[in-house]
Amino acid sequence: MNLLLRILQKPSISSTYDDQQWDLLIRQARSAGLLAHLYHRFINADVFDSIPQKVKHHLNSEFILSNRQHDAARWEISQIQQALEELGLPIVLLKGAAYLQTGLPSSSGRFFSDIDILVPRTILIDTEQRLERWGWYTTHHDEYDQKYYRKWMHEIPPLQHITRKSTIDVHHNILPLTARLHPDPEKLIASSVQINEEFELYVLCPEDMVLHSATHLFHDGELEHGLRDLVDLDRLLRHFGEDDEYWERLVNRSVELELSRPLYYALHYTSAILKTPVPEAILKSDKLDRPSAPMAFLMDKLLMRALMPAHHSCDDWFTGTARWLLYIRSHYLRMPIHLLIPHLFHKSFIRPYNEWKEARKMDKSQNLSKPKTESKPEIDIFE
Amino acid sequence: MTRLNQISYDNFEDAIRSSGIRLRTGPFTTNLSTKLRDVIHNLYLLYADHTVSIEPGFSDFHLKIHQPSFFRRWYHPQVNFSFDGLTPFNPLPRPQAYAIFEWGLNWCISNYSHQYLMLHSAVLEKNGHAVIFPGAPGAGKSTLCAALSLSEWRLFSDEVALIEPVSNNLVSNPRPISLKNKSIEIIKAFSGEAIIGKTIYDTSKGTIAHMQPPVESVHRSNEKAKPKIIAFPKFIPGAKKSLIPLTKGEAFIKLCENAFNYSTLGLKGFDMMSELIDQCDCYQFEYSDLNDAIDTFNSIVPQKPL
Repeated sequence: MNLLLRILQKPSISSTYDDQQWDLLIRQARSAGLLAHLYHRFINADVFDSIPQKVKHHLNSEFILSNRQHDAARWEISQIQQALEELGLPIVLLKGAAYLQTGLPSSSGRFFSDIDILVPRTILIDTEQRLERWGWYTTHHDEYDQKYYRKWMHEIPPLQHITRKSTIDVHHNILPLTARLHPDPEKLIASSVQINEEFELYVLCPEDMVLHSATHLFHDGELEHGLRDLVDLDRLLRHFGEDDEYWERLVNRSVELELSRPLYYALHYTSAILKTPVPEAILKSDKLDRPSAPMAFLMDKLLMRALMPAHHSCDDWFTGTARWLLYIRSHYLRMPIHLLIPHLFHKSFIRPYNEWKEARKMDKSQNLSKPKTESKPEIDIFE
Repeated sequence: MTRLNQISYDNFEDAIRSSGIRLRTGPFTTNLSTKLRDVIHNLYLLYADHTVSIEPGFSDFHLKIHQPSFFRRWYHPQVNFSFDGLTPFNPLPRPQAYAIFEWGLNWCISNYSHQYLMLHSAVLEKNGHAVIFPGAPGAGKSTLCAALSLSEWRLFSDEVALIEPVSNNLVSNPRPISLKNKSIEIIKAFSGEAIIGKTIYDTSKGTIAHMQPPVESVHRSNEKAKPKIIAFPKFIPGAKKSLIPLTKGEAFIKLCENAFNYSTLGLKGFDMMSELIDQCDCYQFEYSDLNDAIDTFNSIVPQKPL
């Protein structure tokens, strides 16, 4: 039973909810990372006051947490801006950071774990060195990873701040160099918009912002935050779409950037899942690159599952497989087979072997009982 | 909702093994399911006076204590803690199953309750005067807390002070008190009334055992209280008891170090903390003898309810 989708479509139907429905809704929203988003949706729909107190607590708690995260992100953005000021070139904020800095409705209650920026490829090294002087150091110390990122990817390995632990992804394109689609980053940068006159901080223009979000969700990502990303698209489309001429511009731009396939998916799935008011003529536009009928059927079967909240109450027998198939697809779209196979081989065999070897070496030299490869923390709750 | 001791053990066991029970602790309701006998048994003893429900309804947290895989049931058995399907921590050795529940619930509260200002403290109340005992590990906070709760003080919590915004009242959340190492014997010797659960050995904190919270504290858990005193306890073997006043400034800094979400709350956190410090007398409290400690605190709260 998927309560979250119905609430996202129409927050006011919560007035009929009983305790059990609230219980399930909060769990689904938490799994999807949309609890703080719901807080804002309920406030905007003017129904927050009628929500039972025990439910409000969870919405309030997440709202407070997301506010804190936004404050911290604004500070990080100001630090990045200062670090890169002397380059005298536009620094383009992407995704969450862009929504936040421009105050778009999609930023309300949105969690994000890192800050994404786009810079011209020519100043990539310079950018990295300047950020390093401000405390952001590279995270992937494995030689293979460094080479892999720098040779094939659309970003350098993530940089992490040495004390504050904030992470920056520095991009020079929005898709890997090896990907099937080849949007031209120079066009993106050329059309980007300055946020305010004081700083050299830019965001993508409204059309490119949607195209990037669509590309990220349908051609690049691993759908970890599938529904959250779809909600981003819904919020952006509703906001920019108030201008009637926006839709035509969006479709034309997608053709120019060779991104009309991801745009098709974005328009199709936002309107199908979140009832985003996409004009009928736009959905039927010839300019959109539609998949063939069997492909569209298959993608429907997969995405209609993978875009649901990652909560067991929204899963059926096929959900796990659907997510796995889409994961495979995302890799296939990222790299041609002759690069992908060796890469997956390295990830599955060489890296674990090296880690095992490293751990054994540490064991021998320091007599440590456990290798330091565990990703989860030990439970250690105060006291 | 009924008191757990009004439900038969068999009915309780059936419910917790299938769809789970909903356990009320102060403002929180936890849906808990487990098939592990030692956990069920300890819960039935330590939460005897709490209200539980076997009907579905709203729960704040959905927890499951379970064994990770078939294989690890036989080879170095382990136990895992799930939060609504997610396992945020590495598994622990199987004998620590009950401890992982208590720690896991603490984790849920400190991560998902930013509607309160949360301090890492024991809180007890007598005659309308609530005392906050913030404490670093090893400061003797839990031992002092257990002794006071066995001496007609009302237990709010041995772990976390929950402070409501606006009213700045303390919210009660009485749960079993976690005793560590020597404290277990000290409390057993202190009072014959202490009901102590299963002893769990070799945890990351040494040997631990949980003490059942006093009945009255549990029954009155929806009564809030005004914080009046903040005392930073310090157990020093052989020391004479001494209650040393702290300046407001010192107390503020020390209390921030003991807060779970002071910085998360931003400006609101600062305002709440300032108000809290303003309305409390603040002390550093050194002691070595529990009876001395109790006399001290009995003497600084008013004798009759306000």
